[in-house]
Amino acid sequence: MTTGEGTIRLRPPRNTPAPRAVGWWRAQWLLLTAAPVAVLGILGALIAPARFWLLMPAAVIAAVGLLCAVLFPLWWFRTHRWEVTGEAVYVSTGALLREWRIAPMSRIQTVDTVRGPLEQLFGLATVTVTTASAKGAVQIEGLTHEVAAELAERLTRITQDTPGDAT
Amino acid sequence: MSTAVDSGSDWRRLHSRTVLVTALVTAGVAVGAAVPVTVALSGRLGYAAAVGWALAGSALLVCCAAAGDYVRWRRTRYRLGAERVDLHSGLLLAKRRSLARERIRSVDLTAHPLLRILGLVSVRIGTGEQTGGDSTLELDPVARAEGERLRRELLDRAVPEAPGTHRDGELATLDPRWLRYAPISFAAPVLGGTAAGGLLQISEWVGAQAEVIHWIADRFQDTPLVWAIVVMVAVALVAGVIGALGLWIEMWWNYRLEREPGGTLRVRRGLFTSRSLSVEERRLRGVDLVEPLGVRLAGAARVDAIATGLTKDEERNADHNTLLPAVPRALADSIAAEVLREPVTPTGAPLTAHPRAARGRRLRRALSVALAPVLLQAVLGLLLTPVLLWTALACAVVGVPAAVLLGLDAYRSLGHTLSGGYLVTRSGSVRRSTAALQRSGVIGWTVKQSWFQRRAGLLSVTATTAAGGGAYTAYDTGASEGLLFAADAVPGLLEPFLERG
Repeated sequence: MTTGEGTIRLRPPRNTPAPRAVGWWRAQWLLLTAAPVAVLGILGALIAPARFWLLMPAAVIAAVGLLCAVLFPLWWFRTHRWEVTGEAVYVSTGALLREWRIAPMSRIQTVDTVRGPLEQLFGLATVTVTTASAKGAVQIEGLTHEVAAELAERLTRITQDTPGDAT
Repeated sequence: MSTAVDSGSDWRRLHSRTVLVTALVTAGVAVGAAVPVTVALSGRLGYAAAVGWALAGSALLVCCAAAGDYVRWRRTRYRLGAERVDLHSGLLLAKRRSLARERIRSVDLTAHPLLRILGLVSVRIGTGEQTGGDSTLELDPVARAEGERLRRELLDRAVPEAPGTHRDGELATLDPRWLRYAPISFAAPVLGGTAAGGLLQISEWVGAQAEVIHWIADRFQDTPLVWAIVVMVAVALVAGVIGALGLWIEMWWNYRLEREPGGTLRVRRGLFTSRSLSVEERRLRGVDLVEPLGVRLAGAARVDAIATGLTKDEERNADHNTLLPAVPRALADSIAAEVLREPVTPTGAPLTAHPRAARGRRLRRALSVALAPVLLQAVLGLLLTPVLLWTALACAVVGVPAAVLLGLDAYRSLGHTLSGGYLVTRSGSVRRSTAALQRSGVIGWTVKQSWFQRRAGLLSVTATTAAGGGAYTAYDTGASEGLLFAADAVPGLLEPFLERG
C-alpha cells in the first residue's frame, strides 16, 4: 500500500491483556501438540514395523508445536488489545490473520464471563459480548478475574441504560 | 387489532381432523411397509396368512398413531391474549410456551396436499429471536379460516404509513415464462445425478441391480465407451431438467407477492403444498439480489429478503426468505425497489471497483482449487500408473481456463458503495450476491486482514447485522478505502478508532 497523506488505519485499542495470558496461550499450544504426539508416540512404541513412520511425524509435530508455543503467544501479546469507550467495544486479535471487531454499546445484547479450567489455573477470564447478529460476537481474552468482573459489570450497566431492542 | 381484545382469553383447540390426518398418513406409511413384508412373508407362511398378518399389523399401527394424536389433540390448547399468545401442550411433561405479541415477527401458513383437501393449514408463529428453539409456536393443524385469522390479527398493527407513493396490494404475480430459468439452476444436474443414483439403489433393494447394469450394457454393446458415457450423461441431464421443472412448478405455482395494509409483505406459492410466508416490513433490513451463474448468464436474478427473525430452518428450507424467484433482471430490480419503497433499487447503484491486487488473489485462489486435483493425479501417476498422467492433463486443460474465467469474473463482481440509506456489497461468481443493507441495520463491524492482504494493501470489511446471514462483507477492498467506506456508512461508530497517516 502506498503510504501517503490519504492513508487511514485502525489504531490499536488501548488496553493489553494480562501478561499471564502469554503463559495461558503457551499452555494451550502445548496441550494441543501433546495430544497427537502422545498418540503417535505410544503407537510407535508398540508397533515395531511402522515405528519410523509413526515417530517421524510425532517429532515433526512436536517441533512445530514447540516453535508455535514459543512464538505465537509473544506475537499475540503484541497484537491482542481491547478497549471500551462510552459508545463501543473495540477489540483487535490475531497474528497472521489480524482481526478488528467493533460492537456499539446500543446493540449489545448479552455480556458473558467465562473461566475455562485452564484459564482458572492462570487466574484468567474471557468476556464475550454478543449482539443480535449471529456473527457479531466480540471476545476479550486473557483478562484477570478482577478486570473481567469489573468490565462485565460496567458493560451490563451501560447496556441496561441504552434503550431499543438492539436489532 | 380491535378483535384482539374481544377474542380475549378463550382457549382454543387445534382442529379435530388432525386425528384423521395422522391416521391417513400412518396408513400410507403402513401400506408402503406392508407390501414388501407381505412379499417376504408369503414365501414362508403362505399367501393368505401373510396378508392377514400384514393387515393386522397395519391396523394396529394406524390405531396407535391415531390414539396418540387424539391424546395430543386433547392436551393441546392455545390462546390469543391481548398481550401474549400461549400454547399448552405435552403428554407426560406439560409444556407451556408463551410469546409476547409485540415480539411476533412472522406467521407462516403451510398446507401439504392432504391438509389442503381437508381444509386445514399448519401455522408457525415466530419472533425475532435468533437463539434458542423457544422462539416459535407451531399450531399443527387448524382450520384454514382460523389460520388466516391468526395471521391477520397477529401481524396487523397500526403502523404509521411510510413515506413514498408505493402501493399496497399486489407487487408481483407468477409469469409462466419464468419457468425457462428453472432448468439452468443448479437443481438440474443435481437432480439428474440423484435420479441415476436412485435407480441403482432401488434396483439393488429389489435385488435386480445386476440386471439393470446388464440391460444398460447390452444397449451399448456396439457403441464405443465415450459415446455410451455421453448418452448416459445426456439422459441424466434430461431427467434432471424435467425434475427441475417439476420442482419449480411445485414450489412457485400460484406465486403472488403482496403488500398488505399494516406493512406486511406476503409471499404465497405452491402447487400441491401451499405456503404463505409473511415478512413484517418493520424487520426488513434490505434485499439481496442473488444471481447464480446459469441464471445470471440468462440475464435473470432472484430477490431474497434480508430480514431479522426469519425462522432458523433455512438449512432445511433454503428459499424461506426468497421474495421473488429468478426473473429478468430489470423486473427483479423494479420489484426490489418496490419492496424497499425506494424510487430505484440500491442494488442497481454503480459500485466502487476493488484494487487490481484483489484480482490476483481471486485468480490465485481459483487456480489453486483447479490445480490441486491435477497435482495429486500427477504425483500418483508418476508413482503408480501413467493413465493418471493423462487424466491429470485432461483436468488441467479443462480446469485452468475455467478457473481463470471464474477468477476474472469473481474480480469483476467485487464492489461496494453507499446508496442513500443503504450499504451495498457485491461478491461471488458462481453465486453472485448483491446485498443492499440498511445503514441503520448495521450493528457492528469486523475488519479482517491476512498477512497476504496486508502485503497487497487490502482488507475485508464486514458489516454485522441481526438480519439475514448476519454479516455482509466487502472482500479485498483497498485498505484505506474500505475503512472510509465503513466509517461513512455508520457515522460516528468507526471514526474514533481510525488514525490518519
